[in-house]
Amino acid sequence: METAYNYKEVMSRPERLAPGHRMCAGCGGTVAVRAVLRALHPEDRAVIGNATGCLEVSTFMYPYTAYEDSYIHNAFENAGATMSGVETAYRVLRKKGKIRENYKFITFGGDGGTYDIGFQSLSGAMERGHDMVYVCYDNGAYMNTGTQRSSATPQFADTTTTPAGEVSSGKVQVRKDLTAVMAEHHIPYAAQTTFTGNFRDLHTKAEKAIYTPGAAFLNVMSPCPRGWGYEPAELMQICRLAVESCYWPLYEVVDGKWILSYEPKNKLPVEDFLRSQKRFKHLFTPDGEELIAQFQAEVDKRWEELKKKCGA
Amino acid sequence: MAIRERLSGNEAVAYAIRQINPDVMPAFPITPSTEIPQYVANYIANGKVDTEFIHVESEHSAMSAAIGACAAGARAVTATSSCGMALMWEELYVAASDRLPIVLALVNRALSGPININADHSDSMGARDTGWIQIYAESNQEVYDNFLQAYPIAEHEAVHLPVMICQDGFITSHGVENILLAEDDRVKEFVGEYCPAHYLLNEKEPMALGPYAVSNYYMETKRGQREAMENARQVILEVAERFEKMTGRKYGFFEEYRMEDAEYVIVIIGSAAGTCRAAVDRIREVSGKKAGLLKIRVFRPFPEKELAEALKDKKAVAVLDRSEMFSATGGPLGTEVRSALYGVKSQAEVVNYFYGLGGRDITVEDFEEVYVKLEELAQTRVVKDMYAYIGLREK
Repeated sequence: METAYNYKEVMSRPERLAPGHRMCAGCGGTVAVRAVLRALHPEDRAVIGNATGCLEVSTFMYPYTAYEDSYIHNAFENAGATMSGVETAYRVLRKKGKIRENYKFITFGGDGGTYDIGFQSLSGAMERGHDMVYVCYDNGAYMNTGTQRSSATPQFADTTTTPAGEVSSGKVQVRKDLTAVMAEHHIPYAAQTTFTGNFRDLHTKAEKAIYTPGAAFLNVMSPCPRGWGYEPAELMQICRLAVESCYWPLYEVVDGKWILSYEPKNKLPVEDFLRSQKRFKHLFTPDGEELIAQFQAEVDKRWEELKKKCGA
Repeated sequence: MAIRERLSGNEAVAYAIRQINPDVMPAFPITPSTEIPQYVANYIANGKVDTEFIHVESEHSAMSAAIGACAAGARAVTATSSCGMALMWEELYVAASDRLPIVLALVNRALSGPININADHSDSMGARDTGWIQIYAESNQEVYDNFLQAYPIAEHEAVHLPVMICQDGFITSHGVENILLAEDDRVKEFVGEYCPAHYLLNEKEPMALGPYAVSNYYMETKRGQREAMENARQVILEVAERFEKMTGRKYGFFEEYRMEDAEYVIVIIGSAAGTCRAAVDRIREVSGKKAGLLKIRVFRPFPEKELAEALKDKKAVAVLDRSEMFSATGGPLGTEVRSALYGVKSQAEVVNYFYGLGGRDITVEDFEEVYVKLEELAQTRVVKDMYAYIGLREK
């Protein structure tokens, strides 16, 4: 199933998300979608699903679609259930001999549509074991409506519903660990990834997710220049800092076995990741030191827990 | 030859589903519709159908999955009641505007609160503006017959709209009645194969569904839905004609009972029509007064012209609603009937009643009383209360 990663070959595959859509420059969401779709074997067909969000309103504005494959958007909270209907239809129609081609089923949702409002629908679809991949492009807030906090928003982030102010340090709560929650559904494949140097990590995980029979979940940290406050050109650098600081560890859970994909040689302080974004600007004041320490402690705790699960 | 059986309304719908053999059924249990997915699950477990059941975790997901399945090119069915339908609300609109011919077996039940599991029409009446075709039944026979006609209407190329087949919770859904069933092969031929022109799994041409449509395009989609609903009028009648050829049972937009010479008329939807029919007979027998009944079968699209024609020359009309809409002026059926009559400059006096909310019984005597009041109204021509109740406990 898994083939050796050939950067040149993979990158030269025809794009399945055509240019001309309306996503922002420096948006991680589009990078995530293109990278996941590159993992589809070129001879395979796909139906792409999408929860309501930036991606949907920017890639399928009537009468134009950016998708080369069949595509369905239904609503905000039901991308999981909708694709489970498509996948079930495929099984029936194939059994009846009405379809001969191979189809794969991939649905995309932002963290709002995945961690929060679409959580139940996602959980149901994964538990039922549909042969599909749910990809969360996690940008850590409700970006389509203008950066309101979600349960994926990191603690202390300045969002439009958790603004930093005279008596507020941004979001109060720590973020939900959705990848772990999905792994606990005992699905055959769950993984966490983001954009790394040659995209090997994302590509191989997407390929495994797509070609592992049964339900798979892929969580792709996908920074948002507007919500996080960075220049478009800094996208890759921010992802690197998230991984090197262990804020966003790369790992996969294959048939219940937790596997660390990458362990930094020198774990960077999370401060480096935070400093790169305007949403944490208020932490870089004399009063912020303690909050950064608190943030660091949470990152450390989760990293140690993850290492233990991975036996690393 | 038709098969003689004794079935509950839920059994009759499940029997129809078995005969139709749809591709996908996502469903979530809720009283009183729960039995329908249970019966279908049994058919599946015993290899009687090819249907794939999706054990969704909510009604919202039931309709979402039905939309996904139908968009993919499969024939999809689901069943629900009351709060289950309320949870589907958003998706009812999506199904209709995506022009997906899904069929929903609705077993009418009161909406919360207070929580109540018995029959009234607040669930489907609340969904009357979602763009679904709505067809109601008085009896188990009718719900079976309506269900068989649902896909030919929904999937007709001039319609392509979802259809809701409604029956009254417990009264018909759980009540066992004699029923005539059509043979499997005849049903199969009557309903036909689902062969959509456009669908997600079309190997020859990909399809994108569910766009973001800005103001430049949104209005035309609504206009398209309206045209489909208008087309549905003719298609409903054509399908009914074809159905009559198969079974001998005749259906239209509504049923008229002793209406030719009727002066006082009750307009009603659903199972209570049977009780009303008994009242009509008794009144005519005892006093010779000219009572009549008009039972609505198709509420969406609303048969405004035909209904107005049937009522305009009557002396007085009582429209009975089994759901509130809290406009504080009447119920949904009352409002639409009055509006239809206004269009033909009818001289008929019209009054609106509420009955049977949350499953409250309505008796033959209750109906007789309504006819007495209609006679008074025809004489005085003064409507004292446009917002009256039948069988309400006043203290």
